[in-house]
Amino acid sequence: MQRIDVLYFAWVRERIGLPRERVETDAATVAGLVAELAAREERYALAFADLTSLRVALDQELADFGASLEGVREVAFFPPMTGG
Amino acid sequence: MRVSVQETAFDAGAEANAFTAGLTGAGAVVTFTGIVRDNGGRLAAMEIEHYPGMTERAIAAMVEEASRRWALADALVIHRHGRLEANAPIMMVATASAHRADAFAAAEFLMDYLKSRAPFWKKEIGADGAAWVAAKDEDEAALRRW
Repeated sequence: MQRIDVLYFAWVRERIGLPRERVETDAATVAGLVAELAAREERYALAFADLTSLRVALDQELADFGASLEGVREVAFFPPMTGG
Repeated sequence: MRVSVQETAFDAGAEANAFTAGLTGAGAVVTFTGIVRDNGGRLAAMEIEHYPGMTERAIAAMVEEASRRWALADALVIHRHGRLEANAPIMMVATASAHRADAFAAAEFLMDYLKSRAPFWKKEIGADGAAWVAAKDEDEAALRRW
């Protein structure tokens, strides 16, 4: 069991209804964590319904959904960035 | 090299002058300032959310990469977050080099990366409600030229 801080930004944060939470997980990969979260409640299922519209960062570095969670302390989910 | 992610407004002219005054051995300065479009009067304000910590790291990495690719005397990135009124400056990039080609290329590179790889999200607040700005395919495509 691993304890991870999970952060949500922009419409992902609005859809789930909170900016961050601490999650205990056995998931080995980001995709595994997403499956656990999506199975919780409908608001999570809606937020994670289309992974092509989401990006993920592990410990503040962009990653992909197949990436390992080993040693990771912070996972962030957000839509494609719109800076500049 | 300076990166500032800030809520407060900035004076693009004063920043450009201070940046230029601090240079030694440069022959060219390029600046770009992005401002909040009012969309023909329909936009009241823009709210910019960001990911504190990652934002600064991501931009610093972009500036380092630009410094590896081009011979820069200096570079500056300022990007605001929070609530911005229409026509307010959102962000600016300044680059300096011995000759203009490096400064122009580095400024364009930084702009392209700031659009799609710095963790900012824009929300437009208008008379008829608020909406998140969707990322554009052409912004993603712009990264491929680098």
